[in-house]
Amino acid sequence: MSEFLQQLINGVTLGCVYALIALGYTMVYGILRLINFAHGDVYMLGAFFGLYLSRIFHAGTDPNPLKAVLVLVLSMAACGLIGIVIERAAYLPVRKSPRLSALITAIGVSLLLENGGILVFGPDPKFFPQIVPASNIQLLPGVTISNQQVIILVVSLVLMVALRFVVLHTRVGKAMQAVSFNHTAASLMGISVNRIITFTFMIGSMLAAAAGVLVALQNPKIDPLMGIMPGLKAFVAAVLGGIGNIPGAVLGGLVMGIAEVMVVGYVSPTYRDAIAFVLLIVILLVRPAGILGRNVAEKV
Amino acid sequence: MMSRGRIPAILTLVTLLGLTAGCGGAKNDELVIGEYGSLTGNDATFGGSTRDGVELAMAELQESDQGMIGGAKVRVVSEDDRGLPEEAVTVVKKLVNQDRVIAVIGEVASSRSLAAAPVCQENGVPMITPSSTNPKVTQVGDHIFRMCFIDPFQGTVMARFAYENLNLRKVAVLKDVRNEYSVGLAEFFTEAFLKMGGQVVVEQAFSAGDQDFRAQLTSIKAKKPEAIFLPSYYTEAGLIARQARELGITVPLLGGDGWESEQLIEIGGKALNGAYYSNHFAVDNPDPALQSFLQRYKAKFGKEPDAIGGLAYDAARVLFTAMGKLHEQDPQAFSGLLSSKAGTPERREATRKLRDVIATTTGFPGVTGTITLDENRNASKAAVVLAIKDEKKVFSAVVNP
Repeated sequence: MSEFLQQLINGVTLGCVYALIALGYTMVYGILRLINFAHGDVYMLGAFFGLYLSRIFHAGTDPNPLKAVLVLVLSMAACGLIGIVIERAAYLPVRKSPRLSALITAIGVSLLLENGGILVFGPDPKFFPQIVPASNIQLLPGVTISNQQVIILVVSLVLMVALRFVVLHTRVGKAMQAVSFNHTAASLMGISVNRIITFTFMIGSMLAAAAGVLVALQNPKIDPLMGIMPGLKAFVAAVLGGIGNIPGAVLGGLVMGIAEVMVVGYVSPTYRDAIAFVLLIVILLVRPAGILGRNVAEKV
Repeated sequence: MMSRGRIPAILTLVTLLGLTAGCGGAKNDELVIGEYGSLTGNDATFGGSTRDGVELAMAELQESDQGMIGGAKVRVVSEDDRGLPEEAVTVVKKLVNQDRVIAVIGEVASSRSLAAAPVCQENGVPMITPSSTNPKVTQVGDHIFRMCFIDPFQGTVMARFAYENLNLRKVAVLKDVRNEYSVGLAEFFTEAFLKMGGQVVVEQAFSAGDQDFRAQLTSIKAKKPEAIFLPSYYTEAGLIARQARELGITVPLLGGDGWESEQLIEIGGKALNGAYYSNHFAVDNPDPALQSFLQRYKAKFGKEPDAIGGLAYDAARVLFTAMGKLHEQDPQAFSGLLSSKAGTPERREATRKLRDVIATTTGFPGVTGTITLDENRNASKAAVVLAIKDEKKVFSAVVNP
């Protein structure tokens, strides 16, 4: 039993990370009907910004909570900026083109970031410093949670609640909802659609950056191609929960994280990556709109 | 290749005439040696150390003989395989077909040595792997040599160390299924440990490149082993150690020579304290040959060498010695190694003879121990077991074959 609970904790922590990345996919999809394939690479950039910021602040050699928060917040800010640049430079020019062009642009941006990362950061893995020294908290006999896992859970939860507040209770959030319903109608209501879209990209990229830093805290090996698999899995998570649906992304992420850990723990570690795509196939067969998605006829 | 046959044939004739006149060949003739390794990628220190070891041997040859063997300059071509088996094949093909090397030194990882060895074997180019321990590597063919012990021995060493020195009876095994070395070593360890009367309570696996090992470690923890045998490379070893400690697993971790890297402790930190791994040498061994090597290495590269670098240094020197011997015994055959003879039947003949000379290596005083190649072209050497204490590697035991 304690083994199962321990696996569950591991799964929920992993799931929170997927959820954070999945939120970015789902928000952009909700507003633009675009799958932003570069999103996983923004997550990678987040981890690298975190690495360089920790070096600047000497957060690894002389860790304190303030520095850790600073690293997290500044990485998020930097990636938010990157998100804006990507949207303005790559996606805005193809906004009026067929949707396929935007999709292919997204793949192009993803390749650009990955190979640009190899060029700038170097192809070999880097090791993220321990900006928060690890310690264990015993929950039950045989069940422990590390303080880093607690941080991942708490920070993700705070970010998700903050996002929910922004979307439901602020002017800009209401504008985002309006844009996601209909661009033309929203612009007729005096909403600057382009600015809202840029804002969405910024928020999504910031969440991805947070996920990058949080993961690097726990799994310190980072490299320029680290975003590919989590990016794909988070995309599956977003589809699983119902793409375009914010609570769905969180639910999908958690399901994915738990499923993955359980498969590794009880079946075989070689199926670690396979389970994500098995889930994708199953959900597309059984409930194509996703767990929480609304069934609307749609051309893709 | 056929269409280019005529020019080398003429060159051959010219150099043959030159030889009878007692001259060593054309002025700009050189002896080209290939070296390949993972300079980048997941286990980048393996390739870096190998290159440094060969470079040091080359620098010393430069000092003692102006970098010449048998009157011709030696040149080393280094290639990076990025830690990928398929890339290893590509770079070794390049070394053999474009650089026309007379011998190849490399790889550390058994999976990559295994991938590239057939290229050398087919082309009749001797390949010396400094540090691939999987027994299958030299079974590829009679042109493949190694400078280190093999995994059946290494597995037994760690099994015996766990059973006798640490007095352990219940061990868990966590291996990398995508790594030939890891799978082999896990198997040999298990076999030896069971034979002694020990018990492997659980075997778990991961795939190279994985980041998160908590699920496997949680399963292992539930079986309450007294130690975890972890035959992986250093990156995974460090990450696994950290995650194991986070999950509250306090039992010792045991590993093989894949842990040998300057980065091991940087990655694993204090989580590795109390771990043991088998290796090719211990830097605190007082052997004068080893100590002088350590000093020279430190003077040139400004850091302590690891065993991977030591083995590469030995590999290069065994090769240089064999080339020198061939020059003494059979100058005619030796002249076939010169770069102007690339692609000729003479070259093929010369590399075959070079192979024969390497195969007779006996009692070579290497810095990693005395090297004597057996009929399977493996070196039989002692292994040491290192302990990690206070984030430092310290010598713990030596096990002779």
